[in-house]
Amino acid sequence: MTKKKTSRRKFLIRGGLGTLGVLALGTYVFRNSMRRYMYEMSETLVVPYSGTGTEANLWFEITSDNTIVLHSPKVEMGQGTFTSFAQIVADELDVNIDQIVVKAAETASGIVDRMSTGGSLSVAQLYQPLREMAATMREKVKVEAAKKWDATASALTTKGGIVSSGEKTMKYAEAVADITDWSLPDTPKLREESNYKYVGKPIKRIDLIPKVLGEPIFGMDAEMPDMLFAAVTRPQHVGASLKSVNTAAAEKMSGVVKIVQKDDWVGVVANSYSEALAAKRKLEIDWDIPKKWTEEEIRSIMQVGKGDKMITQKHGKALDPDDADVVSIEFTSPIGAHAQIEPNGALAYVNGDKVTVILSTQVPGVTQKQVSEALDVAIENVNIVTTYLGGGFGRRLNTSHAVQAAQMAKEVGKPVKYFFTRKEEFQHDAFRPPTHHIIRGKANGNGMLDALEHHYASGDVAINSAIFPPALVSMLGTDVGAMRGGNIMYDKIQNRRAVQWHTTLPFATSFWRSLGLLANTFAIESFIDEMAIRAGKNPVNYRLSMLGEDTLALRIKKVIQEAAQKSNYKDEVSGNMAMGFAASVDAGAPCAHVAEVSIEENKIKVHRVVCAFDCGLAVNPDQVIAQCEGCIIMGISAACHEKMTLKNGQLYPTIYGPYDMALMKNSPKEIEVHLIQGVDAPLPVGEPPLGPIGAAIGNAVRRLTGKRLTELPLRLA
Amino acid sequence: MKISFTINGQQKSVEIENGSTPLLWVIRDTLNLKGTKFGCGKAACGACTLHVNGEAVRSCSFAVKFAEGKNITTIEGLGTKENPHPVQQAWIEHIVPQCGYCQPGFIMATAALLEKKPSPTDADIDANIVNVCRCATYYRMRKAIHRAAKIKNGDS
Repeated sequence: MTKKKTSRRKFLIRGGLGTLGVLALGTYVFRNSMRRYMYEMSETLVVPYSGTGTEANLWFEITSDNTIVLHSPKVEMGQGTFTSFAQIVADELDVNIDQIVVKAAETASGIVDRMSTGGSLSVAQLYQPLREMAATMREKVKVEAAKKWDATASALTTKGGIVSSGEKTMKYAEAVADITDWSLPDTPKLREESNYKYVGKPIKRIDLIPKVLGEPIFGMDAEMPDMLFAAVTRPQHVGASLKSVNTAAAEKMSGVVKIVQKDDWVGVVANSYSEALAAKRKLEIDWDIPKKWTEEEIRSIMQVGKGDKMITQKHGKALDPDDADVVSIEFTSPIGAHAQIEPNGALAYVNGDKVTVILSTQVPGVTQKQVSEALDVAIENVNIVTTYLGGGFGRRLNTSHAVQAAQMAKEVGKPVKYFFTRKEEFQHDAFRPPTHHIIRGKANGNGMLDALEHHYASGDVAINSAIFPPALVSMLGTDVGAMRGGNIMYDKIQNRRAVQWHTTLPFATSFWRSLGLLANTFAIESFIDEMAIRAGKNPVNYRLSMLGEDTLALRIKKVIQEAAQKSNYKDEVSGNMAMGFAASVDAGAPCAHVAEVSIEENKIKVHRVVCAFDCGLAVNPDQVIAQCEGCIIMGISAACHEKMTLKNGQLYPTIYGPYDMALMKNSPKEIEVHLIQGVDAPLPVGEPPLGPIGAAIGNAVRRLTGKRLTELPLRLA
Repeated sequence: MKISFTINGQQKSVEIENGSTPLLWVIRDTLNLKGTKFGCGKAACGACTLHVNGEAVRSCSFAVKFAEGKNITTIEGLGTKENPHPVQQAWIEHIVPQCGYCQPGFIMATAALLEKKPSPTDADIDANIVNVCRCATYYRMRKAIHRAAKIKNGDS
């Protein structure tokens, strides 16, 4: 045991941009083949945690009642990360799980992940670092207890938050009481994973009972003394900007405190939300509307062959599109809204040169930087406090509203809370971009594919996002978000390629749970199914025969076999019911779905979904299953219901209902999830199971109707 | 104007300038009960569901003046950790919530449904539980609703 002030651990050296970034920065000449190598590698790579917190005592707090508070570098948006973290901590720190409280770390702590909570990476990234941190904390407790007893730390034992030396016992809280100068041990030996009491077990979520009682505080619920409320103007037309505003009528409205005017927006600050909203409606605004975008114009931009091209996968030879034996099918997906139930908003307070913002954000580090720049305040003087998130799904990777709240708070000198109306939420989302796909394939005499090509066009996902530095985007030369699921996983097809076309649209598009995976998998797996049918092959065997023997291919085969077997997959229509099969791999986590579908009153009905998912080590198998169930139903919603369109130059619809989503009545009554833990580390979980669902449903419909649906949302004519 | 009602068993009076103010904001901002959530403001998502005289009401679109003399229950008054309502108990058994934001609305809608239909069928559930959950916890919710009916009917 040595004394030192900081303990730099292995995972930190892996930090920063991650292996992907380091690899890219070290290579000054980018040949496209090098980039493609990186793209393929990135599909199985877990980008590490990129915080700077290195000291266990920043992560943990032990309160006098022997509660262990973990300050989490990642936020909780429903994915169950806080529970998994508590399990990991309980096992390494030797405490009972009900002694642990997990809170989202404030940026002031220095330990928040500077990049984001996203990419389904929280548990995958932090499994090892958190084990090390908790084990370090455990050893520190022993060192302090040993000092008090004049004993040897290594002779002490720990259990249930109690440290013991023979008959003598002491609570952790007593051991560490009043310690200001910590003695830091070296990286301690971790517990044997096979001895873990919590990790790997389906324990109940730690936030379960509070959430059922309605207790947790979300961004919308945050309060400060003397708080005011605000509403902000937003144009209804795509691409419109503020020309001028007459505030006279609004200023006379009851409860109005101040009208804050900026170059491109106007905010009304009032004593209550209802008053702020009423006064906002009295603003007379002249908007500059350069043009009224139409659905057709957006569609014509979003075409393979338009925008910036990058080959993201290239093996063997390219197909000749004029070859008469080449089968070519086009697919499309629409603009998708996040539609998370808690609207975006923020509560900000500016006190001299100190700023506090409380909100639901997936990017506290980015929010902090943006507020600091906009208010010209030192970054260390901006503290971002993250609450529970009322859904994330990628929407909260964009938090420009935090800047607006802070700017209004600065002008009125009081805390200001501001949030979007639902209409603003729908019109000013950072949408899932629409996509267009052309898939070409050529079968040999045996019906098997000799060549397969996926050409796909997408709007921004990672490009123009605050969490991806422009330098990294230009190095990679592609939109790595739109690319998710875009490459072809069937490695025995000799000639295969994927080509991305990228265009930035006139409205914001960004990350939507699973990014490109949903649309890309819909296109590729619908096509594979079509080729299997045309060749007269069973679609399960057809897929298996195109996968080789490398580790990933074997893991993909395993989920395909598992889903087929557990669902008792049948290629033939049975009564009014058919099964559809599809598979995908995302971030190294393979998934296969079988959807049992019928058509009722000319509408697609999904009755049962069987899912096989290789999630690696499942820290909490029940919550991995919950993520699969959520992905499946959210995927049904996106694949069969949801669609934003342009109408009179505005994004439409602007409310639930008209924005058709899967509700209770549209959810399958049976969902079976079979987990395979094909690797011994946790893999991303919150998005990969969204991949195959659209294609699985479309493939079932093909069997029921003979018709290949090529457009999301799936609709019968 | 002064409006008086009973909320979670307690008699309350609030002084309000505009009687058309949605009940939701009075409950959240004046009475500081934050368990009832704002989702859309148009009675389209159900996050703000509470009970007025036992009926499920979407409080974002219910003017406070109509609460005069009524008996209101919010999620805070439904059950406690020690003594959860059968719906809450079932939600716990089936580990329903993910982000949790919409859950009070669903729980209140379900509790009201069970008063009318003590043993709802799947069709009853489809027709009556029409709130929006973006985490899409519907699969577990359906199981929990059936379970809650059993608990409530003493068949646990």
